[in-house]
Amino acid sequence: MDVVFKKPHALTDAPLHYCPGCTHGIIHRLVAEVIDELGIEGETIGVASVGCSVMAYDYFNVDFVQAAHGRAPAVATGVKRSDPSKVVFTYQGDGDLAAIGTAETVHSAARRENITVIFVNNAIYGMTGGQMAPTTLPNMVTQTSPYGRNVEAVGYPIKVCELLSEVDGAAYLERVAVNNVANIRKAKAAIKKAFQNQLDGKGFSLVEVVSTCPTNWGLTPAKALEFVETDMLPYYPLGVYKDIYAEGGEK
Amino acid sequence: MGEKVLMKGNEAIAEAAIRAGCRHYFGYPITPQTEVAAYMSKRMPKIGGTFLQAESEIAAINMVIGVSSTGKRVMTSSSSPGISLKQEGISYLAGCDLPALVVNVERGGPGLGGIQPSQSDYWQATKAGGHGDYHNLVLAPASVQEMAALTIKGFELADKYGMVAMILADGTMGQMMEPVEIDDIEIKTVDKPWALTGTGMKREHNIVNSLYLKPDLLEIKNFERYEKYAAIERDEVMYEEYLMDDAEYCIVAFGISARVAKNAINAARAEGIKVGMLRPITLWPFPKDALLARADQCKAFISVEMSMGQMIEDVELAIKCKKPVYLCNRVGGMIPSPEEVLAKIKEVGGAN
Ligand SMILES: Cc1ncc(C[n+]2csc(CCOP(=O)(O)OP(=O)(O)O)c2C)c(N)n1
Ligand code: SF4
Repeated sequence: MDVVFKKPHALTDAPLHYCPGCTHGIIHRLVAEVIDELGIEGETIGVASVGCSVMAYDYFNVDFVQAAHGRAPAVATGVKRSDPSKVVFTYQGDGDLAAIGTAETVHSAARRENITVIFVNNAIYGMTGGQMAPTTLPNMVTQTSPYGRNVEAVGYPIKVCELLSEVDGAAYLERVAVNNVANIRKAKAAIKKAFQNQLDGKGFSLVEVVSTCPTNWGLTPAKALEFVETDMLPYYPLGVYKDIYAEGGEK
Repeated sequence: MGEKVLMKGNEAIAEAAIRAGCRHYFGYPITPQTEVAAYMSKRMPKIGGTFLQAESEIAAINMVIGVSSTGKRVMTSSSSPGISLKQEGISYLAGCDLPALVVNVERGGPGLGGIQPSQSDYWQATKAGGHGDYHNLVLAPASVQEMAALTIKGFELADKYGMVAMILADGTMGQMMEPVEIDDIEIKTVDKPWALTGTGMKREHNIVNSLYLKPDLLEIKNFERYEKYAAIERDEVMYEEYLMDDAEYCIVAFGISARVAKNAINAARAEGIKVGMLRPITLWPFPKDALLARADQCKAFISVEMSMGQMIEDVELAIKCKKPVYLCNRVGGMIPSPEEVLAKIKEVGGAN
């Protein structure tokens, strides 16, 4: 019998601890499939961040280091500088990458550090129980914006791809989503490209994946996927924000 | 044997690090340690190493974590305010049992403080400046030659025990020029089977991590780490004694304070006062037993420090408060003069 669906080799057998309907699991799978397809499992080193995905080191079959909150790109810089022949990626949430780690994000991009960043934007701090994130939408209710995010008082969400597209060093920036099959396919292609870029020495490549947090959004998994379409994507439009090697250059 | 060359303390650290096989340096500019970075920025590109000026001390220490997790020797240097920023990373290094060399060329504090020499980060260095139960190996050089020697020793100890070795120097040590001899050393490498080198599809994946959500496991990790610390306290204590054989008074001082104190001791001896010195070279592990061994012989101890009195507590604990311990100090970037130390010796002599 032909096997038509199997677990990627780059994923371990450890059961994922993510909540039902959380798209962290899909994103893990996409990254693992890409690692399999590129045949880079043996030379890949991952950097886990602080957030719901902190235990990514248990889920991927590759060497892993767990970084302090926000510091994954700096740790990845050290790993990559130590051995440029290795494939180095970070896996970070929005609180990690766009609040406490903003400086590390911007500067690793500015240095065109030859690493791959998987940025999971679920508009909330998942792990700590649903506080307002730098990416929380205007008027969105969270534990620390119980009356809705009041942009007058607390400021506006940060659009990471748009922000980084002004950083000369950033080589490839794309925002994708995993809320339906078509988008999942595109997300995988973008992740593959972000890894391939590193193999080709092209420098800093970041894929922002618009993700869900049904638990802290207070929505069923199905409703959460709908929320991505109706609320998240209008604020965070999908697409390639920068690709310095593409024909016609940058968007 | 190498030849003697005239070098600044900061440069001696950088050159010694290179001789010790360190090929990765990350830092952020701050006075009075800038020469370390300047030296590294010149040398590293020529020997296939990495010099990277990070966006902050926080980023720099995390880059150190990255290199260290791959098993290679790596260092960063800074001065007091920058070392404060590195504390989270130092705590992670401790929690991951990763080796690294961290250099603190101290200046006066707190806050932005000043840029003149100080020893007021003693507590931060020796008592775990970041969160959690841990120690750093803390080495306190008192000459340019020792800046070099302890840098090499620091890398070796860090690798041997899987932890941070910190050079706790001060602005004078960093800026002072002295002849120094740095031999080409034989690099003692340590097996690092835990290092992240890629599985090569040949082994289980390695994980460098400090997270243990199960409290019983985290407790075991802490207990194990403290067994390692106990071995270090037993085996790695370093100190120098000066004129202690017949001493009735014992000065305890490290770094530049010890050099000043030596002059004062010589002057006091000329006047017939029997005073000597115990100079800790490792501040952690602290030479507790060596001090206790002098507690019956001496009438009093004097802690000479460029802080409001930080090491003095360790002296009191070491001698189990058997004898009085006096403080002779200047702070804020001021250095005690031999005359001030001599006056203190006489005052203590008069009272005891
Ligand atoms: C220095 C520090 N500050 C705060 C925390 C607490 N903390 C743990 S996870 C987290 C939020 C992570 O949110 P995000 O990056 O959006 O990832 P998600 O959990 O949503 O996947 C915070 C603030 C920490 N561990 N370290
Ligand atoms: S809290 Fe949210 S982000 Fe975290 S696992 Fe649950 S659904 Fe996913």
